[in-house]
Amino acid sequence: MSRYDLFSSDIVIVGAGLAGERAAVEAASQGLNVILLSLVPPRRSHSSAAQGGMQASLGNSAMGKGDSPDIHFADTVKGSDWGCDQDVARLFAETAPIAVRQMAHWGIPWNRVVPGTRMYDGKEIHEDPEKEGLITARNFGGTAKWRTCYTADGSGHTLLYTMDSVVIKLGITVHDRTEALSLIHDGERCYGVVARCLRTGALRVYTAKSTVIATGGYGRLYGASTNAVINEGSGMFVALETGRVPLGNMEAVQFHPTGIVPSWILITEGARGDGGYLLDKNGHRFMPDYEPNKKELASRDVVSRRIIQHIRKGYGVDSPYGPHVWLDIRHLGAQHINTNLREIANISRNFAGIDPVRDLIPVRPTQHYSMGGIRTNIDGMAYGMEGLFALGEAACWDMHGFNRLGGNSLAETIVAGMIIGKKISGYTREAPLNVSSSLIEEHVRMQEDRIQSLIHCRNGKENVYELRREMEQTLSENVGIFRTEEALQKAVAKLHELHQRSHYVGLRSGGQRANPELASALRITGMIKLAYCIAAGALARKESRGSHFREDYPKRDDENWLTRTLAYWPVGADQPELKYEPVKITELPPGDRGYGEASMDAVGAKR
Amino acid sequence: MNQRKLTFHIFRYNPEAANEKPRTQTYVVNEEMGMTLFIALNKIREEQDPTLKFDFVCRAGICGSCGMLINGTPTLACKTLTKQLPDTITLMPLPVFKLLGDLSVDTGTWFRNVSLQTESWIHTDKVFDPDAPEERMSNEKALQIYEAERCIECGCCIGGCATANIKPNFIGAAGVNRVARFMIDPRDERDEQQYFDIVGSEDGIFGCIGLMACDDNCPIGIPLQGQLAYVRRKMAMAGWKR
Ligand SMILES: Cc1cc2nc3c(=O)[nH]c(=O)nc-3n(C[C@H](O)[C@H](O)[C@H](O)COP(=O)(O)OP(=O)(O)OC[C@H]3O[C@@H](n4cnc5c(N)ncnc54)[C@H](O)[C@@H]3O)c2cc1C
Ligand code: SF4
Ligand code: SF4
Ligand code: FES
Repeated sequence: MSRYDLFSSDIVIVGAGLAGERAAVEAASQGLNVILLSLVPPRRSHSSAAQGGMQASLGNSAMGKGDSPDIHFADTVKGSDWGCDQDVARLFAETAPIAVRQMAHWGIPWNRVVPGTRMYDGKEIHEDPEKEGLITARNFGGTAKWRTCYTADGSGHTLLYTMDSVVIKLGITVHDRTEALSLIHDGERCYGVVARCLRTGALRVYTAKSTVIATGGYGRLYGASTNAVINEGSGMFVALETGRVPLGNMEAVQFHPTGIVPSWILITEGARGDGGYLLDKNGHRFMPDYEPNKKELASRDVVSRRIIQHIRKGYGVDSPYGPHVWLDIRHLGAQHINTNLREIANISRNFAGIDPVRDLIPVRPTQHYSMGGIRTNIDGMAYGMEGLFALGEAACWDMHGFNRLGGNSLAETIVAGMIIGKKISGYTREAPLNVSSSLIEEHVRMQEDRIQSLIHCRNGKENVYELRREMEQTLSENVGIFRTEEALQKAVAKLHELHQRSHYVGLRSGGQRANPELASALRITGMIKLAYCIAAGALARKESRGSHFREDYPKRDDENWLTRTLAYWPVGADQPELKYEPVKITELPPGDRGYGEASMDAVGAKR
Repeated sequence: MNQRKLTFHIFRYNPEAANEKPRTQTYVVNEEMGMTLFIALNKIREEQDPTLKFDFVCRAGICGSCGMLINGTPTLACKTLTKQLPDTITLMPLPVFKLLGDLSVDTGTWFRNVSLQTESWIHTDKVFDPDAPEERMSNEKALQIYEAERCIECGCCIGGCATANIKPNFIGAAGVNRVARFMIDPRDERDEQQYFDIVGSEDGIFGCIGLMACDDNCPIGIPLQGQLAYVRRKMAMAGWKR
């Protein structure tokens, strides 16, 4: 009997969120044989959690009138703080409207233009009767036009369910509850993956002409994250661990000001938009002290920075889950809260067990999105390895640079799935598949060895959950919204230590079959490596750009840092190696972002 | 807050282990402020028993992974606060679905089969034209489709359904709701008779005995009673026309 099951296909796609499924649909409709792998049933992927919507410059709604790919391109580049690849942003903005319309053809019930007049923020909006029934859009931060297409508050849910219905219709093979553990490669070319079945614990081999990573973000490195608990960045570290493939801009991490404590589910900006305050442990409304003009309604990154700054001064409310501040919406009244802020009220009741009509809501800035990921070229092919592709949040394609705009990542997953899916198909048709069985054997043996060492505590008895908590804490405390030399150095030193200790993990549970402790133990070293790349990249980057904010270098420095970080992890090394590549500017030279200045001035003044 | 000690009686069974028998295991956990079953179960796994199996993904009540019987009621564990429960809590896996181990069941395979059985995708002969503007639809219709599409496939309505517990191919309220979603969608070109072939049977709408446990159990409040009635009416008409 063979020690593992072997599956072969033209293409193996690791990840069945929106990005992976869209690429699979593209390849399968071109007649290629595709297998999709996923930790969970595809419809449970994190893509389903997105509520807000997907950007595309259709220009149907009154407030989107005159919108075009040109304007979408410019917003995206500004949003990225000039860190993005402008060729990619251009391609993206041109394709997004087609992607949205195709999703409509496949069944998305996008909200539609309703003619007539309504009030928004004290202004009258007149929808054009000629546009009745076309796809409408809502307002999102950082966009010159209303461009975000949506389905009520379930945009991601409907997108993923519809995409998955096409996957089912096309008969694409899906192996859910399957986890890719490593890439099979010879240092030059990728031949597939070694995976573990999460139902039985058995190892499996998937060989393919093309291997695609679409595993989403790494939010869970921070512990406190708005992300699903499966977002552990495993696709990123299996690529990193080849020693050949670099990760791009890992220091670019997006935070949202108001995740609810202790579950870190998102409380939308609507609460502050409607007049909610932030209070500290003394019940003092502190935002006006920092931002006298915009107060709670300064931009997302600014509010996040102020909250953390205030907590650091000792004004946070202590809790078993760490210090937080309060969000107060009580003064808005029961009527308003239970109608206009129903979502927030439900989340507060369900997850914090409080009623915001009477109680304060505990909130803290929370990790939200990873701009960094597997660095690819414009065709989605990973740097440094033939036959390996990446897309979606797992990739650094790179249209987000140092700050992604809301609504641009759902759009990215689908647009990239279309474009890169086509490139993968073309590549695959020409590619040979002759993987040597000894290469497969070598890679399987490596995983078997790891598993046996963990089960028999051959190297030691380090507790995986403790290492994990220390890693989460290190990132949250030192590589957060505000960054300084000292804290980052501390983080790097700690992560160095944790990386070493991760080699000595041993299980307490015996690790038999589909054991969950074993699954965590197999991921821990890779996760720490990702954390290390984030911290090391942030320490090296002596400027502030987008979400990366250095208190000791509060200004953007285009002279020295108009570059993309490439983090490599040579095989056997005990730390990452940082290299840089210039950011290519094609159309829009660096300039003023037009927002986010307040905090820069404030920090400058303070110093 | 006065701290309670919570006693959990949790169903344990690993179908992969040939000589293991189903049993109940007891764990004691100190209750914390704002504690959900997601937090409690992870604490048990990390501090007491790393072999315990359960499924969470979004931990926010939107992905449908964590349906289980909590003191006998099928519901989502992630959004169940311990303070709403007595200090003794029994957790069992959802019935009907294949048991993968302890509290983890295979809802994914079950729902994919229902999607195949009911051909839950848009059936149309139209070909997508990337250069053409989208087809128009009233906003009202779009929202009506979304109301039915909100189902998160958690399986709570299935786990509590008498018919689903005895009939292996019964598509349940979630399946019927899924069909209703496509029935009302103008982009889907199937006619009544084609739908009748899909749900006009004992495995479909006529297997339902109408006691409405499903409607009570749906954690996101899909009006299953109305959906069942709608499809029953349509299919009764279609059957009559045959
Ligand atoms: C709360 C929240 C709200 C958001 N709202 C919006 C919004 O309104 N608009 C917007 O544009 N963006 C939004 N985003 C961001 C957006 O949802 C994500 O960036 C996007 O959905 C990522 O899609 P993906 O396909 O790349 O990955 P995912 O949807 O995360 O899918 C990853 C897939 O990879 C699989 N996987 C992972 N590791 C492995 C492995 N080792 N082996 C096998 N399979 C694996 C998983 O099972 C899963 O199927 C939001 C994010 C959050 C957290
Ligand atoms: S009403 Fe029908 S579908 Fe609902 S629980 Fe009863 S038998 Fe099941
Ligand atoms: S209908 Fe409701 S209870 Fe049934 S699977 Fe869908 S969300 Fe769950
Ligand atoms: S974990 Fe997603 S619904 Fe409970």
